[in-house]
Amino acid sequence: MSGNMNLTLKVWRQKNAKATGKLETYKVADISPDMSFLEMFDVLNEQLITKGDEPIAFDHDCREGICGMCSMYINGRAHGPKSAITTCQLHMRSFKDGDTIVVEPWRAAAFPVIKDLTVDRSAFDRIISKGGFISVNTGNAQDANCLPIPKTDADASFEAAACIGCGACVATCKNSSAMLFVSAKISQLALLPQGQVERISRAKNMVAQMDDEGFGNCTNTGACEVECPKGISLENIARMNREFFVANIKE
Amino acid sequence: MSTTSGKFLQSSLGKKLLMGLTGLFLVSFLIVHVSINACIYFNDGGATFNAAAHFMAHNPVIRVVEIGLFVGLLAHVVQALVLTMQNNKARPVKYAVPAGNVSSKWYSRSMGVLGSLLLIFLVVHLANFWVPTKQAVFAGHEHDTFAGLKEVFAKWYFVALYMVGVLSLGYHLLHGFQSAFQTLGLNHKKYTPMIKSVGFWFSIIITLLFASMPITMHLGLIK
Repeated sequence: MSGNMNLTLKVWRQKNAKATGKLETYKVADISPDMSFLEMFDVLNEQLITKGDEPIAFDHDCREGICGMCSMYINGRAHGPKSAITTCQLHMRSFKDGDTIVVEPWRAAAFPVIKDLTVDRSAFDRIISKGGFISVNTGNAQDANCLPIPKTDADASFEAAACIGCGACVATCKNSSAMLFVSAKISQLALLPQGQVERISRAKNMVAQMDDEGFGNCTNTGACEVECPKGISLENIARMNREFFVANIKE
Repeated sequence: MSTTSGKFLQSSLGKKLLMGLTGLFLVSFLIVHVSINACIYFNDGGATFNAAAHFMAHNPVIRVVEIGLFVGLLAHVVQALVLTMQNNKARPVKYAVPAGNVSSKWYSRSMGVLGSLLLIFLVVHLANFWVPTKQAVFAGHEHDTFAGLKEVFAKWYFVALYMVGVLSLGYHLLHGFQSAFQTLGLNHKKYTPMIKSVGFWFSIIITLLFASMPITMHLGLIK
């Protein structure tokens, strides 16, 4: 078909967590501009399997921009050359015939490489386990109108809750800081009445766990906000700072 | 209730708060500094400037604040080193293709380099003016700071070094000013654009004012 592309890919290959990896060069031909970036990788993997080579391990799940699995650092940008999308939402029409594309895993001490492009993001789960929840008794959900919430608070909470925990903020941050993620998780609950009971311990414990995991420190460059597929705002980091300072003053 | 919550100032956010507060404190010093320096523009042979310098060198309140200033500066520098070392450790394997300027400004990513340049400049700057003034004060005689200005800025290489220092300061402030407010948790849909605009103009004006002084002195425009 006309408009199809031939591309050179440089992909990070690493056998396992302990092995030293390196960038390997591959060629793919006749790539449709309508393919997603992951579908292009499927083509490449088919090619490798047919040749009897080990396919490239990469994370993916929903392929519709909501699961946050497709962690690829493409040509120096998390999730590739577009803002506010995941890798599965990146289409090959964003590239030109003959392009060389460098694909690396997320780079952070807290996100160790498992194999090739897959990294271990369980550090995020451990942060969530320290307070990214509310404790409620089970039973029938009460009527929503019993809990009046200002529309602006509900909206801000909802925007923070859009975080899919993909780790693009960490990957793109020059300091590998997880503060956009943690601040979104603290904000979504701090803004709602249901989040008040554990508000103080949440801010203190989630930040402490974030520090323990070895993420870096935010220097407010704002790169995370630009690369976040869900457009999580830096306002959340300021809110997290307030939550944390107030929590430390109170307790 | 928690086993993980450590001491406040050992936490990432505690350290960031200290960076922001000391940074803003140093900004307040810049305003005083540039105001005193601007006295040279009375163009009265340094009479007004020397009077202001005399006040700054002998007023007991200023003496106490000066100690606070050095403590604040030291805290800012030490904390920056600690944070930078942690940040480097947080990414042991670097990217083959580094992030460009698409998602962030170069100077926001270069605060450490700009700060280091500033610190080097500061050492020379203190040796040029602060040390001779202190020597005079301790010896008990009046120091002609204005004459010192003329002497230092007669040399082109000092003027060049001061331009590098002042430019580093400008870019350091361009990111640092608004960044400090964000760190303090002051982010607001209505006020953050104002803070950013004040920070932008403050950085530019203070850079131009400081830069103008060595240049006008060097060109002999200030008698």
